[in-house]
Amino acid sequence: MLLITCPWCGPRAESEFSCGGEAHIVRPKDPDALSDAEWADYVFYRTNTKGDHAEQWVHTYGCRRWFNVIRNTVTYEIKAVYKPGETPAGGEA
Amino acid sequence: MSEAVRLQSPLVGFQLDARADAGVILRERAFCSHLNLRGEQSDPAFAAAIKQVLGLEVPFTPNTTTSAGDQTLYWLGPDEWLLVAAPEQAATLEAALRKALAGQFASVVDISGGQTVVELRGGNARDVLAKGCPLDLHPRAFGVGQCAQSHLAKCPLLLRPLADGFEVVVRRSFSDYFFSWIEDAAQEYGFSVVS
Repeated sequence: MLLITCPWCGPRAESEFSCGGEAHIVRPKDPDALSDAEWADYVFYRTNTKGDHAEQWVHTYGCRRWFNVIRNTVTYEIKAVYKPGETPAGGEA
Repeated sequence: MSEAVRLQSPLVGFQLDARADAGVILRERAFCSHLNLRGEQSDPAFAAAIKQVLGLEVPFTPNTTTSAGDQTLYWLGPDEWLLVAAPEQAATLEAALRKALAGQFASVVDISGGQTVVELRGGNARDVLAKGCPLDLHPRAFGVGQCAQSHLAKCPLLLRPLADGFEVVVRRSFSDYFFSWIEDAAQEYGFSVVS
């Protein structure tokens, strides 16, 4: 089981969390201007990163807050945890 | 073939010995007043209004509580707290808090009907919780004055260490599951319920 450090509650077991998929997906400012392909890319398509991957997690059974995690998809090592709106220590995700 | 006579009480299935010396003792504090409070931690007026009504400091440190008398404030999140008070105070407290918080970006919701408080005591209270809860329940990591939301098997709960046991706030819809799970898990230690 992963030990995930909630930015508010500190280290907790993975079973308290839920993963919300890729982080930092920005909703298009003007959805009407998008082609179907661009909208599909926003709604459905996600990167399948091998290596460091920015993900959203929520502390479902704890404080119920969302935050971002940089997790290595190969080793499962969690490199950084940061609150929404923050940038991870050590640079951009 | 053994010559010894093996005596067995007709009540053997109920494990009466274990019940007399129970390692896990459960007590429900039913019908407490539960109020969910939300507000801006950054606004000094929020904490001041709560203090004016309850006489309690709002616990801003994550996973801590403040108590006075029969009232306890639990940290639930960076903008969310739970107040548990004696039965039949919810309406009065709700009105007083709403009045004090008027004009602020805050909310007070009476959720008394939605959850109940259970206390677990006895020499094995920690052992039985540790079977299904991933928290570090050792007093070194989780002591009086702290609280934590976590899960026991599949039941979400709010835990608070007491001087001689644990207090659990459990949702109404999970209470059947919670009790059945505890009763089963505590069987090896002996389980009893007190009022």
